[in-house]
Parts: sequence; structure tokens; C-alpha cells
Amino acid sequence: MTSVQSLGETRDVGSTASGGGAVETHPVRRRRRRRLTGATFIPWLFLLPAALIFLVFKFIPMAEGIRLSLFEVRPFLGDIFVGFRNYATILQDEKFLTASWHTLVLAGGQTIGAMVIGFFLALLLEGHTKSLWFVRSAVFLPVVAATAVIGEIWRLFFYPAPEGFLNELISWVGLGPWEYIHSTDTSLVSVMFVGIWKHAPYDMVLILAGLAGIDRQQYEAAAIDGASTPQRIWNVTLPALRPVITILLTLAAIRGLRVFTEVYVLTGGGPAGSTDVWMTRVYTTAFEQSEAGLASAGSVLLFLVTLVLTVSVQWYRRRREAR
Amino acid sequence: MSTVNSSRFDSAIGWSTRSDAWVSRGIRFLFSALAVILFCGPLLVIFSGAFDHNPDPTQLSIVPDNPSLINFQVAAENKIWHYLMNSLIIAGGALLLQLAVSVFAAYALARKKFRGQAIALLVILATMMLPEEVIAIPLSLVIGDLPLVHVSLKGTLLGVILPLGAWGFSIFVMTEFMKEIPGELEEAAKVDGAGELRLFAQIILPLCKPALGVIAVFGFNMIWEQYLLPLIVAADPSDYTLTVALLALRSDDMVGTGIVLAGALLALVPSLVVYLSLQKSFLRGITTGAIKG
Repeated sequence: MTSVQSLGETRDVGSTASGGGAVETHPVRRRRRRRLTGATFIPWLFLLPAALIFLVFKFIPMAEGIRLSLFEVRPFLGDIFVGFRNYATILQDEKFLTASWHTLVLAGGQTIGAMVIGFFLALLLEGHTKSLWFVRSAVFLPVVAATAVIGEIWRLFFYPAPEGFLNELISWVGLGPWEYIHSTDTSLVSVMFVGIWKHAPYDMVLILAGLAGIDRQQYEAAAIDGASTPQRIWNVTLPALRPVITILLTLAAIRGLRVFTEVYVLTGGGPAGSTDVWMTRVYTTAFEQSEAGLASAGSVLLFLVTLVLTVSVQWYRRRREAR
Repeated sequence: MSTVNSSRFDSAIGWSTRSDAWVSRGIRFLFSALAVILFCGPLLVIFSGAFDHNPDPTQLSIVPDNPSLINFQVAAENKIWHYLMNSLIIAGGALLLQLAVSVFAAYALARKKFRGQAIALLVILATMMLPEEVIAIPLSLVIGDLPLVHVSLKGTLLGVILPLGAWGFSIFVMTEFMKEIPGELEEAAKVDGAGELRLFAQIILPLCKPALGVIAVFGFNMIWEQYLLPLIVAADPSDYTLTVALLALRSDDMVGTGIVLAGALLALVPSLVVYLSLQKSFLRGITTGAIKG
């Protein structure tokens, strides 16, 4: 009893001593802080280039875009303020509505497709040997190749005649010939396929990083409990990958909603608008129909949707982590 | 017992790496080969098609039937080298600018404490949440008439380079990295009387080489991938980058498949070179970047 008390006492003494020390060091700390605030313009000097570029090429265009979305833009004649009429026009426009539907289908299909393929690739290529490292590097190449390059080669593969490259291949298993991007029935799926092909290896790398973080003893324990391989993957691997999968889903969904280059290069939105997505529609509206006001309203709407998506996912993640 | 079996648990699926596990190794080899063919094959076809004399879209293959350089000769008449030059100047200029801007900004954000720091970080975060595609239309107007100075960058390479000069992602990666550098080094240098610039250039910067690799390879990739920006900045087709020019080449009926593939190959090679030489940085960046962002 007494020993505990004395322990408490000494601790008290110690804490007051350190408290006294803090009081003593205080002037030093304060002086250092004053020196930092005295040179306060130096950090801003280092930030200036970034701030300038962001201001001119991001924030001013954003503000300008919001302004334009409220006007009927008439070059040389002067713009007319129309309030939210551009937004109303777009939300009632048949073509924009179709395009938004295509965008959702494409984004959803690509996101899930790339993740599933990426997951199987990761399971296949997990390991430390040199040969596996080589295979992973090779499989990753579609991610680094520019979308425009990939679009050109896939357009050739999609050659619609029976002698076309892919048609020749699928005829070996008794399928086809298909018309791929040249038919309104299959064009969207074909574009989706190319997107999955390009993005799956990216997902693979992130899932591999997630796999590496799983405790090996959990696998061992599951095996001792008599779990089969599929059971082990379902009950141990997948739950452990949940954070990675959430990140991938968010990134891919946002990327999917903004899709432009893939569609523009492969089909240009055709045939007959069957692959028209939100951004190709905005582009056509702005640069072919010269309706900058309408196109800006379309851009702002897209921005709002991605913003809501990002913020709600972040909020959801925070809340889960807090729990 | 667990030491004997432990290799079974090196992977989620439980691939065996023992030399007598023929079935497991065989299956894995087969599927790996399939994956390489599926993901690399199409890129190899670009190589063979570019060197093939008049390749037919119906007769693509991994090996050229009739190897020649004729596609590149015809492509040269279609100004392919001019487009490549545009692309390379933009990539070089924008990348250098991006690296410098990121390193400067990160130095302030990571190594200094100042009022408004949180706001500065928030603003940079906001730029990352602002998709480039969304501001494309007003950006084309801003580039046509820069605020205050009223200079038009339309049809110039600078019009593509400057908007790419600052990238939130690079700034963030660099900031996170610089935060890890211990403060004692700086203190010591300050005691020795080193000025702000010397501190930055001689103490901090040399320690940032690994992170510079990451943001360089990501920056290059991001710049080379640009499509909408060069498209809207261009005043006429001679301003196109190589990737944008591919579509124009293909739409030209007088230009054959082989020439388009020659162009595609030229657009592919720089990405491959950069990726293969900075591969480790790239893969590291994906995992850290995605988790931070």
C-alpha cells in the first residue's frame, strides 16, 4: 500500500518537474515560432508557381464554365442571360439522357469487369519469383500505353468482316462473325471490353498490394480448420481486401463517368449514337454545334455528380473507420 | 510440419512452388502464358503491323509477313515526325515544369509551418477532385485569351504545356515524401548559416530522388495520355500531338493501315521506354497514390 502511494507520489513529482521544464522552455519555443511567422512569405513564394497555374488553368475556367452555363453564348453578338434554362434543356434532351444511360452502363461494366479480371490476375500472379515478376510487368503494359494507341489497334481487331482478326479467332470456337463497334447492338459492349482490358492490370497491382498485406497465419488457420481453397478465398482473402476494393470502386467509377478518349477514338459516339457518352455529347455540343452555354451546363452537371460521389464515398469511409 | 507446408500459404490460392508439384506449376504456367498473350499480344501486333508491307486488317499477326520500312517512309510524308516532335516537346516541357512546380510547392507544404497552410492543401485537393474533362470547354476559351495579359495560346505548344504544369497528384506524393525527412538535417544546415534556397537545393532536394522517380513516371504517363487538351488547343491539324493525329491519319482514305500502325508504334515506344526504365517507381506510386488520394 505504502509502496504504491510512494510510487504515485514520485510520479506526481516527476510530472510537475516536467511541467516546470515546459514552462522554462516556453520562451525558446515562442521565439522559434515568431521567427517562422516572420518569414511567412517564403512558403508562399514556393507555392506561387503552382497557385498561378491552378488559378489560370483550373479555377478561372471552372468559374467561367459556371458563368457560361447560365448564358446563351453567341459569339460576336453578346451573350444573353438565361438562368437555368440550359440545365433544363439538357435534362430534357433525348440525346443527353441516352448518353447518361450509356455512361452509367459503361462505367459500371468497366469498373466491375476490370476488378473481377484484376482479382483473378492477382490470384494467378501473386508470388516472389523472378518469372512471376516478369509476367506481371508484361501484363501491365496496356495501362501505360496511351488510350489513342490502344483504340487504333482494337479498331483493327474489331474489323467486322468474317476474315477480321477477332472474328477469325472466335470462329475457331464456332462463334461469330460479329460486327463489334460497327453495330448498334454490340458497340457499347465492345467499348466496355477494351476498357476492361486496359484497366484490369491496374486493378491487379492494387489487389496484389492488398494480398501482400494479408497475414499468412490466417490462411494456415483456415487450412487447419479444413477450409477448401475457394472457401479460404471467400472467407479470408476477400474480407481482407475490402479496403482496397472500396478504393478501386471509387476511383474507377469516377474515371468511368468522365470517359471520353476511349469512346472518341473507338467509335466517336457512333454508330447512330449507340456509344455516345456524357463527355462525347458535351464535346459535340460545344465544338460541332457551337453551343458553349449548353455544353458548359453539361460539364457542370457532370462535375456535381462526381463531386457528390467522391464526397459521399469519403464520408462513408470516414464513418466506417470511426466505428 | 508447418515449415514443410509454409510455401503453400505464400499466396491466397496456395500455389505450390515445390519442384515436384507438376500440376500446380503446370496450371499456373498455362494461365500465365494466356495472360501474357491476351494483354501483350495486341501491342505486339502494332509492332509487326508497323513493319509489314501493306498489312491488311484481316491478316494481322505477331510476325510481319513482308517486313519493310515503307510504312515509316509514307508516314514521314504525312508529317508523322512533326507530330512526334510536337508530342515530345510537350512531354519534355510539361514534365520539367511539373517536376519543378511540385517540388517547390511540396517544400513549402512539408517543411514549413505557416498561416493558411491548411487552406493551401485544401485548394490543391480541390484541383484533384476537379476532372480535367469538366473544364475543357471554358479552358479552350481561357487559352484563347489569357486573363489579364490577353495573350492567345491557341495553336501553340505552350498552350498544352502550361495547363499541365501543375498537378495535384505530384504535389501530394512529393509532400508526403518530404514530410518523412528528419528535421535535424535542416537545423544543422541553418546553424551553419545556409540560406533558404541552399537549404532547399542542397539538403532537401537530393534526398527526394526516389519520389522524383515516382512523380516523373506518373507525370509522363499523364501527359502522354492527354487527348482532349491538345485537341482543343490545336488551331489546325499541324498542331496535333501524335496521339491526336492518329485519328486524323486513319480518317484519311489515302492513308493505309500500315501507316496508322507506324504512327501508333511511335506513340507507344516512349511510354514503354519510360515505364520499363522506371518500373519500380511506377508500381510503388500506384499503391501509395491510390491509398493517399
